[in-house]
Parts: sequence; C-alpha cells; structure tokens
Amino acid sequence: MQIIETGNVAAALGVKLARAQVIAAYPITPQTPLTEKLSEFIESGEMQAEYVPVESEHSALAVCIAASSAGARSFTATSANGLLYMHEQIHWAAGARLPLVMCVVNRGVGAPWTIWNDHQDSISQRDTGWIQIYANDHQQIIDSVIKAFALAEEVMIPVMVCYDGYILSHTHMPFDVPEERLVDEFLPPYLPPYSLDPADPANLNTVTMPDVRPDVRGDTAPGYMEIRYLLHKDMLEAIPAFERVEERFRSVFGRGSNPYIEPYRCEDADYIAVALGSLSYHLRDVVDTLRNEGVRAGVMSVHLYRPFPDELIARALSGCSGVVVFEKALSYGYQGALCSDIKSALYRHTGEPGGRPFVVNYILGLGGREITTPDLLDAMRSSCSPDGGSGDETRWIGLRFS
Amino acid sequence: MNNDSIEIRWHGRGGQGAITAAKIVAKAMFASGYSGVAMVPTFGTERRGAPVFTSLKVSREKIYDLSPTTRPDIVVILDHLLLEEADVTQGLKKGGLIVINTPRAVKNYRFNGSRVAVANVTELSVKAGLPQGMVNSGIIGVFAKASGIIELSALTQAIEEEFVRRKPRENALAARLCYDGTILGGRR
Repeated sequence: MQIIETGNVAAALGVKLARAQVIAAYPITPQTPLTEKLSEFIESGEMQAEYVPVESEHSALAVCIAASSAGARSFTATSANGLLYMHEQIHWAAGARLPLVMCVVNRGVGAPWTIWNDHQDSISQRDTGWIQIYANDHQQIIDSVIKAFALAEEVMIPVMVCYDGYILSHTHMPFDVPEERLVDEFLPPYLPPYSLDPADPANLNTVTMPDVRPDVRGDTAPGYMEIRYLLHKDMLEAIPAFERVEERFRSVFGRGSNPYIEPYRCEDADYIAVALGSLSYHLRDVVDTLRNEGVRAGVMSVHLYRPFPDELIARALSGCSGVVVFEKALSYGYQGALCSDIKSALYRHTGEPGGRPFVVNYILGLGGREITTPDLLDAMRSSCSPDGGSGDETRWIGLRFS
Repeated sequence: MNNDSIEIRWHGRGGQGAITAAKIVAKAMFASGYSGVAMVPTFGTERRGAPVFTSLKVSREKIYDLSPTTRPDIVVILDHLLLEEADVTQGLKKGGLIVINTPRAVKNYRFNGSRVAVANVTELSVKAGLPQGMVNSGIIGVFAKASGIIELSALTQAIEEEFVRRKPRENALAARLCYDGTILGGRR
C-alpha cells in the first residue's frame, strides 16, 4: 500500500513489520518521532513487543544487548550525541555478535550543539564492527530496516540503518508499505543459535586471555585475537550475504536493486560524483543539468558502507576520468572518510597510477548548512575537466567568513 | 530533472498548522496522480507563534532534490502579519501566485506582477464551526480556488481523513467557505 509519511514513520513501520520483540530507546532529535511511533504501536496493541523506557542511550543499547543475548529480536534508534553516548556498548554488541538493528537518524555532533543534519555521528562509528547501510529515500528506509534484520541474523553482526535527519526523517514522501504476510515470509521468527537460559547458566564474554587455551570441556577455545579475526572475516562475508538477502527480498516483494551502490547515468560517464544518503539523490538533478550542457557526468550512491564493497566500487569508477566525493563528515586533520576509502579501493583494484581516475573531496552541509543545487553545480563544473583534480586539499562548499 | 514540478511554500506561525496543511495538499495531489510529492519542513529552533515555513514540491515524476524551495510558484501565507515580519515572497517566480489569509481587501496587496488571492480565513473558519485561530483547513480552500491545480473535492476528502477525530465536517466546510470567499487580484 502506498502512503505519504515521514522517514521516521517509514522506519517505525519497518520495525513493526519485522516483528521486533524488544525496543529500548531514549528520545533525541531528530530520532524522537520514530521511537514515539513505536511506543504508540505497542501501547495500542498493534505491535506485540516490550518497550523498555530507559534513562540514557547507553542503557538503551545495554537493554538491547541483554534482550538479544536472551534470544529476542531487538531494536533501538538514536542520533548524534546519543549515538556517541552508546559508543562503549556499540563495540560490545559487535564483539558479542548480537544481531541487533539500530536506526541512526543522522545529525551533527556537538560541541557546539547542533540539531541539524550531517553524517559525522555514524561515520565516527565506522570502525566498531557494525554493518552500516545508508538510505536515500523513504522506500529505502523501510526496506532496509526489514533487510537489516535478515542480514544481521544471517551473519550475527549488528546493523545500523542510517538516514538523514530532517531531510528524510521529517519530510513527507510517498512509499510502499510491504504486506505483513510477505514480510513474515521474508523474515521468519528469529531462532538464535545460542541464547541465555536460566536452566543452563553460562558466562558470556568474560575476560579472554591473549593466547588460546582449553575451555571447560578441554577443547581449545579461541583467544581474543581469534574472536576479532572472525568478526573481520564474517564482516567481509557479509558482502555476498547481503546480495543473497537482496535476492530473497526481490523474489518475495518483486522489487530490489543493487544492494551496494546505486549508479545513475554512470555507464558512459567521464566524471562520477559519489555520496551517501539523500545527497546522492539531490546530485541526480545536478547530473541531469550537466548532461544537458554536454558534460558526461554521473552520480553513484554508496548504500553499504561497512563492510566496504571496495572491489565493486573500484570497478564502477575505474572507467571514468574523475571521481568527486561529496561528504557531510570528515576525519579531522586528513579528509573525508569515504574519500579515503574510495582512494584506497582504486589503489587496490585499478592498474597503473596513470590509468586511475583523479579523486577530489568536497566537504559540505555540516550541521545542516544548506546544500543548494547551484552550489553543487559549481563544484561539479569546476571538477569536471581533465585538470579538475589538481591539488589534493579538501574543498569546502558554502563556507562564509567575515 | 523535474522541469514540470510545482513548488509551493507555506508560511505560518509555529502551532498554526502550516505543515499539516501542506501535508493534506501533498496527500490529495498524490491521490490525484502526482506520483512525485515531497513536503519538506524547514526546522529552526522556533517556538509557538514564531514564523515557520515548509516546502511542498509536486511533480508527475519522483522528486530527488529535497532542499528547501528557493523559487516557489506559489506562496501560501496563513497570517497576513507575516508579510511585515519575514521576506515570505522571496524568490517567487515571475507571474507566481500569493495566497493570503487576511481581513484586508485584495487591493491593499501589490506584488510586482504576481497574482494575489485573499480570503478572511480566520473569520470564515469560525463560521464553519472551528475554534478561533484554526485556519489551516480554510487556507486550503483559498489555495484550491486560486491555483486551480486540484479539485476542491479531492482536498476536502483529504481534510476529512486528516481531521478524522477533530471536527472533520467543520474543517471540510471551512475549506468550502474559503473557496467560495476567495477574491482574486494582482496581475491576472
């Protein structure tokens, strides 16, 4: 059924359809309407789940970790400083290999305080061992939430579904709400391979020695490093696993796409813009204008950011002359994280240095600074030429001093 | 690229329901065959009574640019006093339309080549049985009459659905009274 609602409602409907059993969350702008909606669903009996109100984000994720350890399908959501307050538990959830799903409604990070959108919050959690998916519109939000549970439970790694605060969370747009019956077919109840059982007590994630040693049964148990190696290996295996999830989604719902990237007019493009989230859709209008001016430009959304589908991304970009990476976050003192990742992918997977496209990096929209189509056009026009990649310094859009 | 899109910017005061009005029109336009609809509120740190606005973009195709409208075809103003407080007509396209809830006559409003439509929505909404100050369903009637881009019946249906537990019939009546009470002026 097609409805017009906000991105937050799209996420809440996805969580409801996924039949999450435990929800613990603490309100923070712009995530609040999502968790309010879920508490309404539960209060009215539309959704059978336990809503655990908590006093902080740290506790929200701790509750989800406990619930997931006991075998319940669990969900939380947050933004910005709330996400950072969870940070210790975020690492814990990944190390404990719990298939949680969390929506990150992207917002800039204080200090100074901002409530508006950028990507610094989730990008700063890139290296925690969670899978990260970025949605471009409401359809992708609701579909990604449902797919995220399937993926998390297949690879036993938690998943963040990230979408832009306000720009998507508070904008009303049409999207299709999948049928409950089909979601049940796609996502059967969660059967944990192991869960806490009072009848069979166990210690989980206790102090693990640097070296391997025999466990209580006398079998050689992995040490800390083996456990972490397995997390990395399984993260990489989540890349093909996501394709399988997408394949099943497509067979059940009759829609689906490339789960990793979303190229637009890239087949013959000389210059390709790359971005995460709604910005990559905004750039489609810019690409159309450039095409009308005779510039062969394209834009590519990165949908799966961790694990990073580097080979596929390098292949998608290898035929063009220049790559223009637009980012709403950066690694202070160096450059945008996505830009570094793309350079690394091109270095690994394309031939001689002279045969690689140049890569330029624009930082924009921090703390909700307005991103205008003319500004994006200017940036693309000045980059889309053979010498458009000269200079390696990070370029900023919309800075105003004095 | 959406060359056929219609962009409508709604100006009201925090708590006045400009976002709800834009949402109702969004739903009605979508039901009338516009598959591309995006209602994008612009949020500041506003309180009740402070000037607020939201952008509504409608098109036959999907909308990809969710940035706030800078070149609206239509500007809708829920309180005429906002004209003195904020540059609410900024960027209005040449020959564009300005819709105002005002007790003043249309001849008092002159905007360089723009069409103007006025109605005393505040008064007509009370006549329809709504509490004083509820103007967001009424202004939709003025918008419908002045723009002519969508049938009033599609809008009143969306109004009744939105206000299903909050005086749906009175809200729909307010839109009808304001539709009939609309006075067109400016450049025609």
